[in-house]
Amino acid sequence: MSVPLRKLSLKEYLLPGQASCPGCPATIGLRMIGKALGDNYVLVIPACCSTIIIGPYPNASSRVPVLHIGFAASASTASGIKAGFDALGKHGIQVVVWAGDGGTADIGMASLSGFAERNDDIIYICYDNEAYMNTGIQRSSATPIGAWTTTTWTGKVERKKDIPMIMAAHKIPYVATASIAYPLDFVAKVKKAASIRGAKYIHLHSPCPTGWKFPSNKTVEVGRLAVQTGMWPLYEIEHGVFKLSGVSKALVDKSKRRLIRDYLKLQGRFSKISDEQLSALQRYVDEIWEEIVLKLNGQRTPSTSS
Amino acid sequence: MVVVTEVLTGNYSVAHAVRLSRAQVIAAYPITPQTTIVEKIAQFVEGGEMNAKYMRVESEHSAMAACIGASATGARAFTATSSQGLLYMSELVWWAGLGKFPMVMAVVTRAMAPPWSIWSEHNDVLAHRDCGWVIFFAESNQEVLDLTIQSFRISEDERVIQPVMVSLDAFILSHTATPVSLPDQSDVDDFLPPLGSRRLPFILDPANPAAYGNLAYPKDFMEFRYEVARSMEHARDVIVEAGREYGKITGRYYDSLVEGYRCSDADVVLIGMGSSVGDAKDAVDMLRDKGYSVGVIKLRTLRPFPFDEIRDISRGKKFVGVVDRDFSFGFGGIGYGEVSSAIGGRVPVQGFIAGLGGRDITVKDYVAIGERLVDMADKGLEPMSPIWIDLKREVFK
Repeated sequence: MSVPLRKLSLKEYLLPGQASCPGCPATIGLRMIGKALGDNYVLVIPACCSTIIIGPYPNASSRVPVLHIGFAASASTASGIKAGFDALGKHGIQVVVWAGDGGTADIGMASLSGFAERNDDIIYICYDNEAYMNTGIQRSSATPIGAWTTTTWTGKVERKKDIPMIMAAHKIPYVATASIAYPLDFVAKVKKAASIRGAKYIHLHSPCPTGWKFPSNKTVEVGRLAVQTGMWPLYEIEHGVFKLSGVSKALVDKSKRRLIRDYLKLQGRFSKISDEQLSALQRYVDEIWEEIVLKLNGQRTPSTSS
Repeated sequence: MVVVTEVLTGNYSVAHAVRLSRAQVIAAYPITPQTTIVEKIAQFVEGGEMNAKYMRVESEHSAMAACIGASATGARAFTATSSQGLLYMSELVWWAGLGKFPMVMAVVTRAMAPPWSIWSEHNDVLAHRDCGWVIFFAESNQEVLDLTIQSFRISEDERVIQPVMVSLDAFILSHTATPVSLPDQSDVDDFLPPLGSRRLPFILDPANPAAYGNLAYPKDFMEFRYEVARSMEHARDVIVEAGREYGKITGRYYDSLVEGYRCSDADVVLIGMGSSVGDAKDAVDMLRDKGYSVGVIKLRTLRPFPFDEIRDISRGKKFVGVVDRDFSFGFGGIGYGEVSSAIGGRVPVQGFIAGLGGRDITVKDYVAIGERLVDMADKGLEPMSPIWIDLKREVFK
């Protein structure tokens, strides 16, 4: 379902000269949103790395309007924008939230759940770099087991919070996972989200060279390994129907998954992972796939009415 | 001019004002004693009496965020809250003020917990004194309705472009029904700017992309603050202008940031805000009958603060008393501090603390306060630390 590369718009929506770190995954995501949606959208960005990437006053690196807002408030602000546009009869403008994992999975969780429950017609994209990168690599609830951060010096104990499934439990019309390493898949998912009315949630895995301690030319490679090892499955849940996408389709067969060690060894944040943490992480991946198999086998017949 | 008079609570007065002002986006979360405002508006919207998007958000923080988002599109936005709810949304109350997002919010004043209380106190509003909102305090339900309608005009005026808060006291106004005159819809339509016409401070428009709320380095930051400061100064004239224009359609003129009552010939003046000023006026009448020369100044706006008005009215008086339904621990009454800064030591100012957590401030209390001030003036006494009215001192023995 990926969009063919040759059909991707050549227009850039994130301008050169922006302030990201070298190898930043967020910039790949921001570029691809533009290529998926064209000119007619606005971005809502809470406190996160992209606050800086969009640039300091009086400059801006975005070719579409950006409303910056407080950390916990991106989903609710976007809902208000949508209501305002509707009240003014401006129905064609897409409202897109672009928020990090902290602003989504932690402090922004209540407003995220609120927008989903109200089924407000917004595309919410979480770019997940698995820690509070903008404040200096503190752990978030999206940080995986065993990862070093500046608040988990011996590796995080708890497992990564499963936000896409929490969003799916809200029974919104569209939930998808994506990775910056598979941009054409991401573009296709953003396009599909734009075609659906109601609440849409896309969780974009975004390997961060600065926070994960890998060379800045390895962002895409690390992202691919996250998917190929099964650490980050790519899927869509459209009107309740779960479907694996891209390379993840083959990974139901455990033998097709690459060893998670291959993924971890590229990243300094896992350099001191203990054997115990490693096996906990392996269990985490195995369980993700056991759940996926259960979903694929046990789900209801796709409804034609939805 | 078609005038309809209905018997309305303060909360229903807010709801009718919001309906008459044709607010386009309502986002609210319920909290006692604000609830009947948002219930009534929901009824207006669902009954087709109001054409608005009504957002039943999951918290006050999200209510304010939604109003900011709606305001950023150019739509007319409204919310209402109280006490804990106002403090919960506080981060974004600042965002709305500092970011110049026009909107109107009704705040039913209620004490902060602990201990839990649902009754009136002004500390919730006063904690938001400094965040770039025009702040009104209403004395009566009529004033609640009138100020709410005027607030939309003031908020959207190009010289102001700031959010506006209308404060009404819990239960004393919010749940007490009195006759209220409702202006004619067409008069309100003429009084307020046309819907969808606002372009300032910006509107989100993909055809004219820009980023709002970016990081500002120290070299640029102070100018953002000065812009809000300047808007708040402009608001002084805009409030008076709106109050005069409103008088033309309703006969009720609001042509000053303060209302003086029997002040011109008074030796001593009491200053207060909110619903209890009405009792102060009754007390002044009684004091006058007894031969005491006392007047009252009602602060209609807390922000912008009526420095000149207070200075003018208090000039030559023997004593000023400020009655605060609030307290700043380690300081005293907040209104006392503000009034003292306006008077600048030219007249002695005595602070009184009364009515915290909804304890009644009776006419009798005001009579006693007036008599005490006159006594202090006659004896040439110096002001003392704040006097707590109706405090059960035996509890502290």
